[in-house]
Amino acid sequence: MLEIKNVSKHYGDRRVLDEVSFTVGGGRLTGFVGGNGAGKTTTMRIILGVLGADGGEVLLHGSTLDREGRRRFGYMPEERGLYPKMKVHEQLVYLARLRGMRAGVAAEKADELIDRLELTERGDEPIEKLSLGNQQRAQIAAALVHDPEVLVLDEPFSGLDPMAVETVLGVLSERAARGVPVLFSSHQLDVVERLCDDIVVIADGRIRAAGTRDALRESNAGSQWELQVADDAAWVRELPELTVHEFDGGYVLFEADETVAQSVLQHAAKRGAVQRFAPRRPTLTEIFREVVK
Amino acid sequence: MSTTSYAALSTRQAVGLVAGREINSRVRSKSFLISTAILVIFVAASIIISNLLSSSGATATSVASVGDAASSLEGAPAIDLTTVDTVDEAEQLVLDGDVSAAVVPIDNAAPGTPAVEVIALDETPVALVQALSIAPEVRLLQEAPVDSGLAFLISFAFGIVFFTAAITFGSTIAQSVVEEKQTRIVEILLTAVPARALLAGKVVGNSALALGQIVLIAVTAALSLMLTGQDVLLSDLGPAAIWFVVFFAVGFVLLAAMFAASASLVSRMEDTGTVLQPVMWLVMLPYFLIIFFNDNELILTIMSYVPFSSPVGMPTRIFLEQAQWWEPLLSLVVLGASAVLIVGIGARIYENSLLRMGGRVRLTEALKS
Repeated sequence: MLEIKNVSKHYGDRRVLDEVSFTVGGGRLTGFVGGNGAGKTTTMRIILGVLGADGGEVLLHGSTLDREGRRRFGYMPEERGLYPKMKVHEQLVYLARLRGMRAGVAAEKADELIDRLELTERGDEPIEKLSLGNQQRAQIAAALVHDPEVLVLDEPFSGLDPMAVETVLGVLSERAARGVPVLFSSHQLDVVERLCDDIVVIADGRIRAAGTRDALRESNAGSQWELQVADDAAWVRELPELTVHEFDGGYVLFEADETVAQSVLQHAAKRGAVQRFAPRRPTLTEIFREVVK
Repeated sequence: MSTTSYAALSTRQAVGLVAGREINSRVRSKSFLISTAILVIFVAASIIISNLLSSSGATATSVASVGDAASSLEGAPAIDLTTVDTVDEAEQLVLDGDVSAAVVPIDNAAPGTPAVEVIALDETPVALVQALSIAPEVRLLQEAPVDSGLAFLISFAFGIVFFTAAITFGSTIAQSVVEEKQTRIVEILLTAVPARALLAGKVVGNSALALGQIVLIAVTAALSLMLTGQDVLLSDLGPAAIWFVVFFAVGFVLLAAMFAASASLVSRMEDTGTVLQPVMWLVMLPYFLIIFFNDNELILTIMSYVPFSSPVGMPTRIFLEQAQWWEPLLSLVVLGASAVLIVGIGARIYENSLLRMGGRVRLTEALKS
């Protein structure tokens, strides 16, 4: 488990991180979301030790991280870059060996990843000859090639077409399934919502929400309800103590407290077949909009 | 999670890996191979061609003689003798350009001179006249000093080889530093190895390449000198050349650290020109000094101890036999100590600037923190 504890960072007078704390569980995909300049990249760079924090600490399995510990991290920085003139395979082997992997093992791992990320044809080409999408895949391979024990990826999906997103998702899920804590930031909230077990929301250098995806949606559910009946649901609009937000034939979305909502359900059941009735869970986009306000 | 595939990476191994990559990427580039080949050909060609040109002046002078007027020249080197019957015939040969001079007998020779006359077209044939003259015995009290033209040539050679190698490999190291910053791969590298190991790897790799090229040039020069039969020059030059290689090895490490540290201040290739200017001047200075002051003993002596110019100054003095046996050793110690100091400062600048992207990092900022 990776723990970020009370991490703060200033640039001059500007406070970019304010007592940031959250955890990334082993075997869990954790999405890190926030607007531009919210502090995602700074946090990640502090986790990786390429940037020093003004306060707080980063722990792995309960102990403070040193350089040796971080060598087993896989990192994909926000600004991409590999050696433009070096061949993909060679480059991956080099990076793996710099982290202490033996040459033979490194070559095997590089082959494996190149195949897995569908770069087989490109393995012997220099990075600069690759399309942007393929460069991005190579970058992901560079973060994974040494079988990292922790993965920190800054915007791993940006610049990928939908097919590539699926491929990368697959690879990341495999790693998580092996028990690796995976933290990644993304602007694509739909991807985060679909994929992540846990979500951390940051805004203005402060953690605004953190927890499992379901708990987060639950706790931000508010008091909206959805009802779908076989007949026309226009009658709901006549009821007291509730506000209808949306209405379309047999579908109605309304806001009310629990008791009122239950009485609406009873009404509906008396009138005819109820196809669906449930509290409405907000999408991540809605939660995000709400918590960063 | 398999941890057996990992081994702790010692600093030495990390430096080795980084140096290996530097060497590999360079040796495989076509431009490097071509420029090295051109350099080797240039060195070999300039020695061989200059030898051919200078010995072509010494080809045999063709001389016509009447009777046994030139019998004293029989078997003399560089004289190609043709015997004709009359003075007119000999004159005609000179006029036709078939021979460059003629030696004919005369009756009214001045006392003490041979009874011959030398006929030439429009210029006194000095070599021939000398061959006919009686030279007194000569006894030299001191060994002849090194020919000043040769001294200039050799010091110039040291200067230009140092200058080109330092600029070429210094720029390579600078480019490699900025490339890593510009592509941001440096962020990934720094999560794996310490900045100092990265810098050391670059310095070691590029110094090895530079030294390799210098040795290649030295060997080429030696072979060319042997090929053209100038073994004498080679044995005079040998010790100076060996010292040059030794001084270069240490001096380049110092320069490499300066190139790397300067380059780490910027994040884009376009900005390297300005930050490298001070180092470039330091590299050019000994080159100009040696051109203008290769015959000034005081300046040469100073040059041979100042760290930036000693790789050129000391070997020149050794060649000119101006240096005592201990002088290169002392100068090498000075150079070594400065290299340690400058590498230390350079490493600090490099470490502090590596992750500062965007504009140019100020030197004072890079030195503190």
